[in-house]
Amino acid sequence: MNKVKITINSSDIFVPQGISILEAAKMAHINIPTLCKHPDLPPSAACGLCIVKLLPSGKMVRSCCMPVEEGMKIITHDSDIVSVRRTVLELILSAHPNDCLKCGRNNNCELQTLVSDFGIREETFDKYILDLPQDNSTCSIVLDPAKCIKCGRCLEVCQEVQGVWALSFLGRGFNTRFAPAGDIKLSESPCVKCGQCAGYCPTGAILEKDEVARIWEALRDEDKYCVVQIAPAVRVAVGEGFGLEAGTNLTRKLYALLRRLGFKAVFDTNFGADVTVMEEAAEFVERFMHNKGPLPLITTCCPSWVDYMEKFRPDMIGHFSSCKSPHEILGVLAKTYYAQKYNIAPQKIFMVSIMPCTSKKYEITRSDEMFASGYQDIDAVLTTRELIRMIKQAGVDFLNLPEEEADNILGEYSGAGVIFGASGGVMEAALRTAYFLIEGRDMPEVELNEVRGLEGIKSACVTIKGREVKVAVAHGLGNVENLLNRLREHKQGENVPLYHFIEVMACRGGCVGGGGQPYGATDALRRKRMEGLYEDDRQAQTRFSHHNVFVKKLYTDFLGKPLSNKSISLLHARYKERPLYVR
Amino acid sequence: MNIDYVKVSLSSCGIAAGADKVYACWEDMLRRYSLKVELKKTGCLGFCYAEPLIEVKGKGLGPVFYGKVMPQDVEEIVGRHLLKGEIVERLLYRLRFDNLFHNDEVWLDKVIFVKDTSGSIKAKEKLAGILKESGYDDWQVIEPADMGIYDKGIVVDIPQKDIVYVCLDDNDLEEIPSLLVSPSPERRFPVFSPHQKRIVLRHCGVINPESIDDYLNAGGYKALEKALSMNREDIIKELAEAGLRGRGGGGFITARKWEIASQTEANQRYIVCNADEGDPGAYMDRSILEGDPHSVIEGMLVAGLAVGADKGFFYIRAEYPLAIERVRKAIEEAYRCGYLGKNIRGSGFSFDIEVRLGAGAFVCGEETALIASLEGGRGLPRPRPPYPSIKGLWGKPTVINNVETLANVAAIIDRGGRWFASFGTSDSRGTKVFALTGKVRNSGLIEVEMGISLEEIIFDIGGGTLSGRRVKAVQTGGPSGGVIPAEKLKIKVDYQSLKDFGSIIGSGGMIVMDEDDCMVDIAKFYLGFCIDESCGKCAPCRIGGWQLYHILEKITQGRGREEDIDKMIRIAYAMQKASLCGLGQTAPNPVISTLKYFREEYQEHILNKRCPSLRCNDLVTYVIKEEKCRRCGVCQKTCPAEAIAGDKERGFYIEADKCVKCGRCIEVCKFKAIERR
Repeated sequence: MNKVKITINSSDIFVPQGISILEAAKMAHINIPTLCKHPDLPPSAACGLCIVKLLPSGKMVRSCCMPVEEGMKIITHDSDIVSVRRTVLELILSAHPNDCLKCGRNNNCELQTLVSDFGIREETFDKYILDLPQDNSTCSIVLDPAKCIKCGRCLEVCQEVQGVWALSFLGRGFNTRFAPAGDIKLSESPCVKCGQCAGYCPTGAILEKDEVARIWEALRDEDKYCVVQIAPAVRVAVGEGFGLEAGTNLTRKLYALLRRLGFKAVFDTNFGADVTVMEEAAEFVERFMHNKGPLPLITTCCPSWVDYMEKFRPDMIGHFSSCKSPHEILGVLAKTYYAQKYNIAPQKIFMVSIMPCTSKKYEITRSDEMFASGYQDIDAVLTTRELIRMIKQAGVDFLNLPEEEADNILGEYSGAGVIFGASGGVMEAALRTAYFLIEGRDMPEVELNEVRGLEGIKSACVTIKGREVKVAVAHGLGNVENLLNRLREHKQGENVPLYHFIEVMACRGGCVGGGGQPYGATDALRRKRMEGLYEDDRQAQTRFSHHNVFVKKLYTDFLGKPLSNKSISLLHARYKERPLYVR
Repeated sequence: MNIDYVKVSLSSCGIAAGADKVYACWEDMLRRYSLKVELKKTGCLGFCYAEPLIEVKGKGLGPVFYGKVMPQDVEEIVGRHLLKGEIVERLLYRLRFDNLFHNDEVWLDKVIFVKDTSGSIKAKEKLAGILKESGYDDWQVIEPADMGIYDKGIVVDIPQKDIVYVCLDDNDLEEIPSLLVSPSPERRFPVFSPHQKRIVLRHCGVINPESIDDYLNAGGYKALEKALSMNREDIIKELAEAGLRGRGGGGFITARKWEIASQTEANQRYIVCNADEGDPGAYMDRSILEGDPHSVIEGMLVAGLAVGADKGFFYIRAEYPLAIERVRKAIEEAYRCGYLGKNIRGSGFSFDIEVRLGAGAFVCGEETALIASLEGGRGLPRPRPPYPSIKGLWGKPTVINNVETLANVAAIIDRGGRWFASFGTSDSRGTKVFALTGKVRNSGLIEVEMGISLEEIIFDIGGGTLSGRRVKAVQTGGPSGGVIPAEKLKIKVDYQSLKDFGSIIGSGGMIVMDEDDCMVDIAKFYLGFCIDESCGKCAPCRIGGWQLYHILEKITQGRGREEDIDKMIRIAYAMQKASLCGLGQTAPNPVISTLKYFREEYQEHILNKRCPSLRCNDLVTYVIKEEKCRRCGVCQKTCPAEAIAGDKERGFYIEADKCVKCGRCIEVCKFKAIERR
């Protein structure tokens, strides 16, 4: 890449051509304040805080969207610049409620931080707050447009990254607000509940629906037998809420913690993931080896993706794996298999899933199949962020807890199960078992590096029994859409499928980048979280779902074999076209 | 009487004044009198104050303009002018141009126009008598209803000699006969020279905008033919020599824009005509499109040729239905005659034009927002760079030029860049069209050479204020511009001079204010416009404008505080520096410039809770002046708020806390005893 020489505050620096002044300043160890520019998103140029001065003209420009040029002389801070930034910040504050103490982003708000950094201690300008109601219509996400600072990140993510276009700006001028396009309720919109908007929001304008209080209630209820499971991606992100580096694996501390919160049994979604692999791999083998169903087979662990497909691309439903997502599988098994084994009345079991995901809150009631046990298989979902708050409410010294193990018979997991939390992980895990099912032996090379990482669409080719298995992995619904278009184009003429097996996750990076994860996710952070999961896989006793002894036991004692009638009725679901807009 | 044609100006301004009914009446009358006279529709000549405006041209008697013509006047014009060759003085308007008509033709033989513009001397009778005595009884003396010149004593206008004398007294009239003999009259008396210079408006009001033949007869599409024989670089060179700068407000060098787009590597380029005119009171572009749409199309064609684009878009706001209709018709005719479409005039050059309608958002006049809107998105500005000339519509190099800019192009190609550059000043070449409105007498569209002074525009072309009150300030550049106080009216109208005074040329709105106008209220008006039109994307504009407006509102309501001025200055500065697009960066200009030149007015409002212009109703009190009051009691009976207390014995007074300041009492008081203070 060509480099240009620029001067930032009188020091010369060589930076790649074409990057923004904001990025260049970062290289010179200067973090120019901004409320709208997110490292992973293109500049929206909305807030006006990132202005810098160009010499010799003294003209102020927005550093987020001004590319560097050879010889550019830039001043990033002086009294003039700071004073303009301060005025802009005071203006933003004048249109923002002073609700900090009761805001979901208190102590974790980009606006609050900047206001504090600028030492704003009085209200310079009269307050004008838009009187806008909250949108509580979904069970996943709460919109609070009065707190919106119109940075546009949520729209960028919803429209451009995810391609869903559920949210848009309405109104003009001071009355500009974000809302579901058409000014309808979020539940009536095409929203797929991925929660990425909440993850990118710098303030408390978009939050997950908080269910912590309901969990506390359930835990106190003597009639309820509260059990819990943790998703793979939670263990490598929860530590961020306690000042730990992203990617720090806290699995065993989480087990200990959840018992201390009052759960009677602590399970691991990874076990459910191992079962998913058994079913999905079997499904794949059926289609790949015996032509029973269309190829490519597309994974369905991600409820936002399922919702997207049902709303936007129902023509692809035939390609869907019917296998439920791991936590749903674990939920139904808890209320059937576990309940029977331990002789607990299933109606008493209150199953809580700790998930990196806002969409899982929606998934648990999305269709009749989510009640396969005869009861609601999962009673409540908490996001990682809610769990962090719950830990703090309890005052448990989380980081210093002793490490414990999960509860049998739904707690043991393989390395294949844990990598479900990273984009490409489901594919790797399923291939390990599919290979075993076809070849009758374990894969010699278990790691499939081509499907790891943050490339939007990844693909690989694996040879199983002399036949090429072409797989693709897409994450971020915008990338998924591109992949589907490739498929559709290919479908026109060819008989040979472009891919045999496709993994899809709605969120960038997979579940590690889920909409319910701790704030501040960037690609750098996502990579660290992913690495935490891959490390867990490397350390695992077994890296194959089919070698998980408790999985074997499950099939021996309860289900029979993958795709058995019992499996189908408990662990599988069907899909149907849904309207984009609900009236 | 041999009549060549009758023209009726049928653009929006004319139609608003009833010109369509007048046109229908003409059709009817010509039929009724079986007159074979060509009745032509034209666009706006710019004399909007005189609409409906009729032009009659006959042998030796024309062009004669009749202003404020009502349908009932038509028969009189037909009977007297068309049939008998008499001029109808009571409707006669003398319009002032310099280069609209060809000088080698003498339109009005042996006619003298005369009018006492200051007093009420019967100048006509007097001059007629003098001429008769001197043996000039074949000369006709005519007193127009409107000379277009005001408060300049007796004005004598001798069309045959192409001269207008002003500031004459009745003794001077004695000398007029001697001036009629000399081949070129002596300039013994002050003369009035018209200040308008028509390049952009060269065809407006002259040709029928709905007829491509009219345009071709007037030399239309000659520039295109010429450009087709030139190479791309030479076209741009010609434009560069002309020094044409963008007329939409930015003032960017047009040739540079074209050059960048032509040099950017791309498989597709676009030309966009920005006709999203939105400044309050400005309608230059509308008039051009309504009066001469082909000239803009021709400009786009030349631009397409120069930059290598084969597709153009008109982005016209939907509030301009007549402009849209005429542009569509012009495009259709241009296709029909082979000036648009594939292989134009056999040159191998192809160009298509599509009309897209804007929904009326002011910000869509900003080029990146316009692109977003053209692409079908929300009209939000995007960060620049990349500039549209490099990455514009659908990511392709796009030249976006304003209507007026494009209307200049054909004239430049036709007559040469050097010719164009001979007009105006060194940094501002050519002419500029302004919509002269507000408290000025001759409101309308004017085209003047760059470098003319504001004073000349307001007093010579505009005729001063209609109210006769002193001019207080002039606002240029619309909501993005600033006000220039009366004492600075000598400044030249060009890009730099106005900028130095804290205003801009902008797209060409020019609003004259007199002493009845409150500068705080004016600033509030413009801010009100900007907050309605802010797209809401960026914080400094969205919130800053809102705050500024509400501070101004407080001040006009008497709730202003001393520190508000500093707050406004702070907000205004932040908006200028930190807003993303021109709208936000310039929105505080009216506040800044009024604070600069009329700060004492703000202080009056804030400290003394007084509005010196008596404009801000909340700060005005109604008072009955005892010495004038005849105690008739009508005001008391009329007052809807029962705010007038007292009786016929003791006199009346207004209870300020009850008064709603509706002004009814002033209207009904025959003795002018009620006053606003």
